[in-house]
Amino acid sequence: MATLRFTKDHEWVRQEGDTATVGITDYAQEQMGDVVYVELPEVGRRVEQGKEAAVVESAKAASEVYAPVSGEIVAVNDVLGGDPAQVNADAMGGGWFMKIRLADPKQLDGLMDQAAYDAFVAEQH
Amino acid sequence: MSQTADPAPLHRTPLYELHRARGARMVGFAGYDMPVQYPAGIIAEHLHTRAKAGLFDVSHMGQIRLRGGGAARALEALVPGDLETLAPQRMRYTLLLDEAGGILDDLMVTRVEDGLMLVVNAACKDADLAHLRARLDRSVTIEPQFERALLALQGPEAAPILARFAPGIDRIPFMSAAEIGIAGVPCVVTRSGYTGEDGYEIAMAGEHAVAIAETLLAQPAVAPIGLGARDTLRLEAGLCLYGHDIDGTTTPIEAGLAWTIGKRRREPIGLGGGFPGAERILRELTDGPRRKRVGIRPDGRAPAREGTEIRNAAGRAVGIVTSGGFGPSVGGPIAMGCVDAGHAAAGTKLSLVVRDVPRPAQVAPMPFVPTRYYRG
Repeated sequence: MATLRFTKDHEWVRQEGDTATVGITDYAQEQMGDVVYVELPEVGRRVEQGKEAAVVESAKAASEVYAPVSGEIVAVNDVLGGDPAQVNADAMGGGWFMKIRLADPKQLDGLMDQAAYDAFVAEQH
Repeated sequence: MSQTADPAPLHRTPLYELHRARGARMVGFAGYDMPVQYPAGIIAEHLHTRAKAGLFDVSHMGQIRLRGGGAARALEALVPGDLETLAPQRMRYTLLLDEAGGILDDLMVTRVEDGLMLVVNAACKDADLAHLRARLDRSVTIEPQFERALLALQGPEAAPILARFAPGIDRIPFMSAAEIGIAGVPCVVTRSGYTGEDGYEIAMAGEHAVAIAETLLAQPAVAPIGLGARDTLRLEAGLCLYGHDIDGTTTPIEAGLAWTIGKRRREPIGLGGGFPGAERILRELTDGPRRKRVGIRPDGRAPAREGTEIRNAAGRAVGIVTSGGFGPSVGGPIAMGCVDAGHAAAGTKLSLVVRDVPRPAQVAPMPFVPTRYYRG
């Protein structure tokens, strides 16, 4: 069963075996407004937990997307190049950003689960 | 942890509660608590305005009345525009200039019965008022009317919609004014705007603003539009934002606004000329300015925001982006920038340094989207 975890920067990460899919949460896309551009890392690049891995631009501003876990980028969502609005339409599914081969699966244990993330979001207001 | 001082409380326009009730996301702008977007979002609001009609609250801008028969002549001492020949109920875009020829603000001036009506930028209105009080001939009475409200109704449906309340308003010329009633309230309407579309700006007493806004919003084709879309619309139309594309260091020539210098105003003093910075400005008209405001189209999809370094084809820094973002009608990124005059021709290849990576772009003519001002 896929483990879904969240970061304080509103990224989600869903583990599937030794890789994980990463995106930004529905809360994040809603706060950001219309997404107009996404800059994704190259396949093969190594990313480090907490460091910038991608950029997402709304109509008003650019935001960094940080890697929730360390590892190697094995796939990126090419759909977002032509249709960045997918991030707004389906942030938790079709709007995924990248897939990472996990360097250290235990990093997921330190991230928030759904209940903790929901509580975290409630605190934001 | 140190205590930070409370920021000064934001002013509210008469439509503040209306914005909140309609789910607007509010942001501080020029000291006002303003809607940046409604639930529809910036892109939808922008596209709606170009397709139908958008209603904007621009009550934060400063309305100033100048009373007295000599108002036009007096104001000409501070602006390069030809105001003495402005016909009754006609309006003009002009610039307040300082002695060095730099732009203090851009504004709209309308000739009204007993003088002139000015609309100035919200962020500059206090400074503009002080400037007028210090410099305007004493025979002119200066009456700030900051408590008045201002709404903009913009888009192809604006004229037919307003004509339901005031038959014939759809036939007044672009850049002219009329007095009409909406929902029983007297309003001063000008056919002008900041979107590139046909449309109107509607001024009324502050206490009637909500009633008029609700009346207009009740029209099926009208949607409320926030400042986010106001900015994307004006950028696509190639219109300057004071404090960004033009400021105290910019001359009208550098800004591509030479057309605001009336023909009569280019004559020597005594023959209609004489405005602040005239010597420098007229010299730039003949010799050309050192730098120029241009439109820029990135080749790729990455937006280039204000402050982005502009390089020429050889990689040398030649300018800076002054406004930039995504153009919803264009369907891609657009920008305005200030570049060395030698790199201002349409088609000039540039690169924009976004996140430390130079991205190819080129100088593009403005407006990015054809304007649709009413031509009768």
